[in-house]
Amino acid sequence: MISFAQLRGSAEEQAARLPPLLAQAEHLAGTVLLGEHGRRRAGMGDDFWQYRPVQPGDSTRMIDWRRSAKTGSQFVRQREWQVAQSVMLWVDQAASMGFSSDKALPSKGDRARLLTLALAILLIRGGERVGLTGTLLPPRRGEGQILRLTEMMLRDEGGDYGSPEARAMLPHARALFVSDFMGDFDSFEAALTKAADRGVLGVCLQVLDPAEESFPFKGRAIFESMGQTLSHETKKADDLKARYLERLAERKERLRGLCRLTGWHYGTHHTGESAQSALLWLHRALERRT
Amino acid sequence: MIFGLPIGFAAPWVLAALVVLPVLWLILRAIPPAPVRRMFPGVVLLLGLKDDDTVTDRTPWWLLLLRMLALAAVIVGLAGPVLNPDEPSDGNGPLLIVMDASWASAADWEARRTMVEALLDEAAREGRSASLQRLTAPQEVRFQPADAWLSRLAGVTPMPWEPEAAAVAAWAEELAGQDFDTVWLSDGLARDGRDDVLKALQEAGSVRVVETGRGVIGLQTPAFEDGKVLLTARRSESALERGVSVQAVGTDPGGSERILATLPMDFEAGEDVAENALVLPAELRARVTRFEVQGLRSAGAISLTDDSLRRREVALIAGREDREGLQLLSPLHFLRQALVPTADILEGALGDVLPANPDVVVLADVAVLSAGEEAALLEWLDQGGLLLRFAGPRLAASEISRTDEDPLLPVRLRAGGRSVGGAMSWGEPKSLAPFSEDSPFFGLSVPEEVTVTAQVMAQPDPTLAERVIASLSDGTPLVTRKEIGQGQVVLVHVTANAEWSGLPLSGLFVQMLDRLAVVSSNSADMAEQMAGTSWQPLKVLDGFGRLEDGQTLPGVPGEALLEGALNADVRPGLYREGDRLMALNVVQNDAELVAMRWPADVPVEGLRGAVSRDLSGYLLAAALILLAADVLASLAVSGRLWGARVAGALMALVLVAPVHEARAQGADAHARDVALAHVLTGNRTIDDTALAGMRGLSETLFFRTSVEPGEPASVDLERDELAFYPILYWPITQEQPTPSREAYGKLNDYLRSGGMIVFDTRDADVARFGASSPNGRKLQSLAAGLDIPPLDPLPADHVLTRTFYLLQDFPGRYDSHDVWVEAAPPDAELIEGMPFRNLNDGVTPVIIGGNDWAAAWAVDARGNTLLPVGRGRAGERQRELAYRFGVNIVMHVLTGNYKSDQVHVPALLDRLGQ
Repeated sequence: MISFAQLRGSAEEQAARLPPLLAQAEHLAGTVLLGEHGRRRAGMGDDFWQYRPVQPGDSTRMIDWRRSAKTGSQFVRQREWQVAQSVMLWVDQAASMGFSSDKALPSKGDRARLLTLALAILLIRGGERVGLTGTLLPPRRGEGQILRLTEMMLRDEGGDYGSPEARAMLPHARALFVSDFMGDFDSFEAALTKAADRGVLGVCLQVLDPAEESFPFKGRAIFESMGQTLSHETKKADDLKARYLERLAERKERLRGLCRLTGWHYGTHHTGESAQSALLWLHRALERRT
Repeated sequence: MIFGLPIGFAAPWVLAALVVLPVLWLILRAIPPAPVRRMFPGVVLLLGLKDDDTVTDRTPWWLLLLRMLALAAVIVGLAGPVLNPDEPSDGNGPLLIVMDASWASAADWEARRTMVEALLDEAAREGRSASLQRLTAPQEVRFQPADAWLSRLAGVTPMPWEPEAAAVAAWAEELAGQDFDTVWLSDGLARDGRDDVLKALQEAGSVRVVETGRGVIGLQTPAFEDGKVLLTARRSESALERGVSVQAVGTDPGGSERILATLPMDFEAGEDVAENALVLPAELRARVTRFEVQGLRSAGAISLTDDSLRRREVALIAGREDREGLQLLSPLHFLRQALVPTADILEGALGDVLPANPDVVVLADVAVLSAGEEAALLEWLDQGGLLLRFAGPRLAASEISRTDEDPLLPVRLRAGGRSVGGAMSWGEPKSLAPFSEDSPFFGLSVPEEVTVTAQVMAQPDPTLAERVIASLSDGTPLVTRKEIGQGQVVLVHVTANAEWSGLPLSGLFVQMLDRLAVVSSNSADMAEQMAGTSWQPLKVLDGFGRLEDGQTLPGVPGEALLEGALNADVRPGLYREGDRLMALNVVQNDAELVAMRWPADVPVEGLRGAVSRDLSGYLLAAALILLAADVLASLAVSGRLWGARVAGALMALVLVAPVHEARAQGADAHARDVALAHVLTGNRTIDDTALAGMRGLSETLFFRTSVEPGEPASVDLERDELAFYPILYWPITQEQPTPSREAYGKLNDYLRSGGMIVFDTRDADVARFGASSPNGRKLQSLAAGLDIPPLDPLPADHVLTRTFYLLQDFPGRYDSHDVWVEAAPPDAELIEGMPFRNLNDGVTPVIIGGNDWAAAWAVDARGNTLLPVGRGRAGERQRELAYRFGVNIVMHVLTGNYKSDQVHVPALLDRLGQ
């Protein structure tokens, strides 16, 4: 049983982390909003869309009497697309995301959370419903959702490598998977196909550390996963470099192929690069089929 | 020797361990550096990858080499390498090291000691027992482990004398029947009995002799002749030309020792004596305490001086003292002028002067002496005095020495004397004849212009011819001399002034006086003088020529001193008996320094230049350094040498040094900063208040003026140095102890050297200045021992009223006007148009008042005032004035009468027309 003091302490700790992340994300989102200024999006379905003649099956309640009275035939007033898009987010919270090769670089997880939250802010401001995959936080609108998302994102998951949650996907929703995709490839494949089966389109953003791209190691070394469940010893790390890069490229290629197959977008982001360009790309990629 | 290098090993078999180095190379090469653990999420992609190369990543060759070198250094270091190893000596029995240890070996004693150390080291390594003997202090030969002698080596010093033949012979006799090898460190001088000792040593075993071959230089006792100091140096090796310089060392007028003159002395090739004469003014000559050969640390290179160079005391006595003011006619005027530069002059009645035992008594035209005076003079003459008499009208008119020779006159005199060349006489004034060879004046040139117009005449006697030491051109005696006991009487047949002759006006007069005075020094028969006397050593020389106090040594009989044989009882040095001083020097005047010629069968070596040195320490240190480098290199190779670690290591190295410097501060802080101080009274409350007051005043000064005092000090008059503090605040309590005599001495020094004491009786609320209060009376008793000038109430134009602030009130916690300072000089007057009188030129040494200033100044550590002053705002104003007064006091102490000088500025500007 956690004591009150401990609870309070960890709560304070969490609360202390929350505003910076949120502020960073708001800041990041702000930069994008500025660039997209003036774009109006469909609202809550209050806007007029078109009149159409009454078809069989339309209930009499749907007839717009004023329009009908003007013309003599009966019209139904259609509003603009009543159903807002639901965007489901999945951010890999596993231990492997906590890696950063340099103190000056943010960890992959931090960058992933930042991007995701910033995107969520953008989407929510745009009137979309945003939530997490799975059943924990279904998509909702409103500013309050941003806080809830932030809170959820700060929860660490156990495990060395994460696998996406593809349950309870809303049909035809949008989805964003952010991860280093170092984990079991089959689980990604399964999740993606499952999502695609339900008509969910989306984006896979692979966040990698520069060290993971360049493999700058030499000499005798024991490589361990962040959770220390996996390890690999080598006597000459520099010999492994070519083969590692080959494998990395192969994995990226498989991921890209999978995305192409399912109609998803695939992108790579390195923590050494600016978050803003990644956010722009994400935003456009999500918008493309919107 | 190894590969031609002068290196040997103490434990050569350890070097066999070097064989393992190649093996170790292979092993170390096979062992890869420890793996680095790295967190890396990409490890998933690595799983299943195999290393291409089955051979491990090797340790870099240079790292291996580093480690090999470190190991090799350890192995070689443990093998005990020795640079310049001593040649293995032939014997392995006991080793006897004989040192002459005389003054002659002191000059290169360090080399000798190093050599002995090396010999003992070697003996210790070989496990030989050894014995170290000094022939100047021979002892029974006892062989002990060489290590034991090594520890005693520091105390082995040369003696200021030479080995005594008899003692050495006795010592050599005891050696018979023993078996040992000998190394003889000779000083290079030949002396009696050496061959016998050598024979005895050779019987016991092999003998090696070690000599420098550079020869020995000694300085003889200086002689004083013809106003010059004759210095003679001797040497033992006469082959080459060599120059030394001799320094005359003495005290300057301040009493500190310094070099008064330097004289070069050159030995010609083939000569073993060098002589030179030093001409010194008498003033300087009298101060010379010793001559020494520059740069030679040896008792033989020092020659102490004694009475023979001392200034003489001359008593001047004239017969006629009735006329005043006619200086040039005074019979003593010319004598005084001639003698003052070269002698100490005593004047007074004969009875007063004689007990001072002057060297010379001059009687100028004194005819009759009382019987008592005559007896005293005779006794004094008997002990070696010189009585110099001048003739004159009185002597000529008197009847003494007319029929019988007066004991105090060298000749009988004719009545009336004679007058030549005068208005009433025939003939020309007579000039002087050249001095004959047996005259003490021989060699002095006779100037033409010296003529004699009147003189007293000697009656022809059988002894007259031998008593004349100077005569006129017509052969009449001018100066006659007679010996009485050890002394002598000299009569100059003319006056000491210019009445009868031109002699006193000439330079010859001075030269003749000089000659006569010189003759009067210790030249009499020494043996008789020395017999039965006992001389106390004042200073004695050690072997290196350093002077040591000899007062604790027993007295030495005069005969032994005269004999000059030096040993442990008769040390070279300065001796005293009564008023007489005598120097006994190492190199006697008749002693020759002769180099020792050793028999051909004795091997003679020089002092070994290259000393064997143990190198193992260096090698082991090198191994440590290499291992430290290996740590860094290993870190670098495995990628763990981070900047922080390097910086840390470097910082650790750099920081080691300054740690020592960080101490030793604080003690002299007061010497560097201005610091206010108060006197500890023993009353805790008052002391605390005084310290707090000093702190408050210091802070005020710091904030308001350019004076930035340090932390104030509490001064214990008995223990602390006062000179650091410009000002002492002295609160008076009734129960404080009166300072000791030493403390008063310090306080008076402090006051005279510009310090200021502020006395505060702290009772101005109840008492006026003076003895009206208990504190006032206490102040009077305390200040009785102080050198305090007359005091005045602080005048309105005193410089204290304007050193920083313009003040007319000097309140502290109490506001009394009774503040007293040094009185103004009586002639200080107010000049028209000047606002101030020009008062004291210095700083008033005391300020006396009772306003309890410290209490008004006192602040705590946070700067809050400690004690209330007055009431309300008026009180704060009073406190402010108290601070201002304090600032003025400190400014006055630090700037003196600077603000007094400012009053002249308007006048100066006015005169310059501006």
